[in-house]
Amino acid sequence: MELTGAQIFLECLKKEGVDVVFGFPGGAVIDIYDELPNYPFKHILVRHEQGAIHAADGYARATGDVGVCLVTSGPGATNTVTGIATAYMDSIPVVIFTGQVPTPLIGNDAFQEVDIVGITRPCTKHNYLVKDIKDLAYTVRQAFYLARTGRPGPVLVDLPKDIMQQKFEFEWPEDVSLRSYSPNLTPHARQIKKVAKLIEGAERPLIYAGGGVISSGAEDELTWLAKSLNIPVTATLMGLGAFPGDDPLWLGMLGMHGTYAANMAINNADLVLAIGARFDDRVTGKVSTFAPKATLVHIDIDPTSIQKNVAVHVPLVADCKSALSALKSEMEPNLDSIDWEVAHAVWVRQVQEWSETHPLRYKKSDTDYIKPQRVVEKVYEISKGEAIVATEVGQNQMWAAQFYKFKRSKSFLSSGGLGTMGFGFPAAIGAQMAFPDKLVVNIAGDGSIQMNIQEMMTAVCNNLPVKIVILNNGYLGMVRQWQELFYNCNYSETCMDAQPDFVKLAEAYGAAGYRVTEEKDLEPILKEAFSNGKPTIIDVRVDPEENVYPMVPAGASLTEMLLV
Amino acid sequence: MRHTLSVTVENEPGVLSRVAGLFSGRGFNIESLNVAPTLEEGVSHMTIITNGDEHIVEQIVKQLRKLVTVIKVVDLIEHSSVEREMVLIKVNAEDAKRAEILRIVDIFRCKVVDVSVDELSIEVTGDHGKIEALINLLGRFGIKEVARTGTVAMKRALQV
Repeated sequence: MELTGAQIFLECLKKEGVDVVFGFPGGAVIDIYDELPNYPFKHILVRHEQGAIHAADGYARATGDVGVCLVTSGPGATNTVTGIATAYMDSIPVVIFTGQVPTPLIGNDAFQEVDIVGITRPCTKHNYLVKDIKDLAYTVRQAFYLARTGRPGPVLVDLPKDIMQQKFEFEWPEDVSLRSYSPNLTPHARQIKKVAKLIEGAERPLIYAGGGVISSGAEDELTWLAKSLNIPVTATLMGLGAFPGDDPLWLGMLGMHGTYAANMAINNADLVLAIGARFDDRVTGKVSTFAPKATLVHIDIDPTSIQKNVAVHVPLVADCKSALSALKSEMEPNLDSIDWEVAHAVWVRQVQEWSETHPLRYKKSDTDYIKPQRVVEKVYEISKGEAIVATEVGQNQMWAAQFYKFKRSKSFLSSGGLGTMGFGFPAAIGAQMAFPDKLVVNIAGDGSIQMNIQEMMTAVCNNLPVKIVILNNGYLGMVRQWQELFYNCNYSETCMDAQPDFVKLAEAYGAAGYRVTEEKDLEPILKEAFSNGKPTIIDVRVDPEENVYPMVPAGASLTEMLLV
Repeated sequence: MRHTLSVTVENEPGVLSRVAGLFSGRGFNIESLNVAPTLEEGVSHMTIITNGDEHIVEQIVKQLRKLVTVIKVVDLIEHSSVEREMVLIKVNAEDAKRAEILRIVDIFRCKVVDVSVDELSIEVTGDHGKIEALINLLGRFGIKEVARTGTVAMKRALQV
């Protein structure tokens, strides 16, 4: 039977198992929206397209499935660009469908026309303009396939209006074959043997885990490796949760705002196993002094990540899960031949000593101000570490990363690579959509939250009880911190003392709002807010001049940490 | 170091801008880029001349391979290969200089493709070295215009 393009498109989504679409209608996609009520998936109407793409991204991060976003042409499409770049930098599988003007008008500067394929070429894994209805189903199939396989990433499909209106026989392509695309999933056997030998010979091994561990689902293998062989673990921001944050082998995050123990461990390790991490400049600090004593092993599915920033000794192009499984099979038979407890005992004692002498800490307030770190600790205590935590970007993000101990993966949603302010709240909405019964908390700053605050209406309309904890210091805090430390306290344009009343703002949207100004109220208010069943803002007035420590100044070596 | 990359791509709209955009977006250098269809339907061939140290060229090759529309990338520096470029050169040629220019044209096995009172247009085909040498030699007569195709290249059948 012949279906319209819009119907074919929606049939494809059904075949892909999509259950929720985050979107915003418009002229170019009106035919799709006309059909939408006949299909079983839920559509979440956002208030700004940037909210749609971040929500789809948050959904993808929390579930591991592909997130889907549907917007109209022109401004609808361009409003998603920040979110697309965010997903691209963090390798998150999302598929973005944008409406386009009818094919005969393409290139004529038609109303709401923009070359979104051209605009998003550098920030998508791949993108398509569907010019013929014959290609529609296969293109949608390819888009999902590309988004979720290999190194995941955003894929955009531009859908001209006339293609959505034409009719064609729907046939679902079962197979996808792309001669130019075949990610290397399985590791090279000889390289695996080499890594096993290196681990056996190492006295001070360290695992440096990244987001790739989470996207390939290699958490169990990683944990096996660390625990069976008694190897301490550090992770990037994107890798938080890949290894239990309450395990004695856990050192915390490394890098610019990493722990003393993690950065010292990198500096002194004789073997570093970098797994699904890409040696980002926020992690390495000064590249020439990164892991100076170590043999570097780098496991990554993307060959371009290998040798990009840092010269590694043993490159291993493979899916992290297959690589670690292979390593496990290689090491398992001889597990008893070495007493791993003893082999790394001195080293593990050393890194634990660093953790004990220089834990993450903050000075008690000598004024009445609440310390922002204390707020994150309280959120951790009250949620028993079981919440899904999204963050905005800046100090709030780093305090969340430092002081919330993530026990499991996919429970920390944060814009790592692009550092997108305004990401956290819509991402939390996406996660809450996937897990309606879980506690989803967005740790925010007063600056960031104003970048996508309009999505409060989306949360209220859809009964998504996301909790926004604003660490309100009246500053664009991270920039203020840099100005204080490196720019002679020239607080140029970082003071945000003119602010909305966040409690009233929440109430205006039909959400709940609380304000905390004294530490004694923190716990009872958080407890009440977390159990009220409504979207909620908790505006916590924190110490305006608190800084994130440790801090490695940009371009310095990891050992040159500014401590509390 | 100058590298010649032989790149096989899907012949579809946007493929050139994907490749060129990758170079500009990542700060890589393109000296020349030549693209045309191959005998295989739906497949085009690009020859890209680029500069960079080993590390940069390794990144360029890997980044190109990562593009979904790129089928194959070969760095011809690792192979024995043939390279050719075609160039049209319009050079000043007053009567007194004309004989000398024609002698050079002869030695370089070029072709005169257009003549006027005080100009000659010359077609030359050859590898990078030959073209540079000819342009150098003709430079002293005053070159008015140059049109270059950019290099095309191919692996030799017999690899030595």
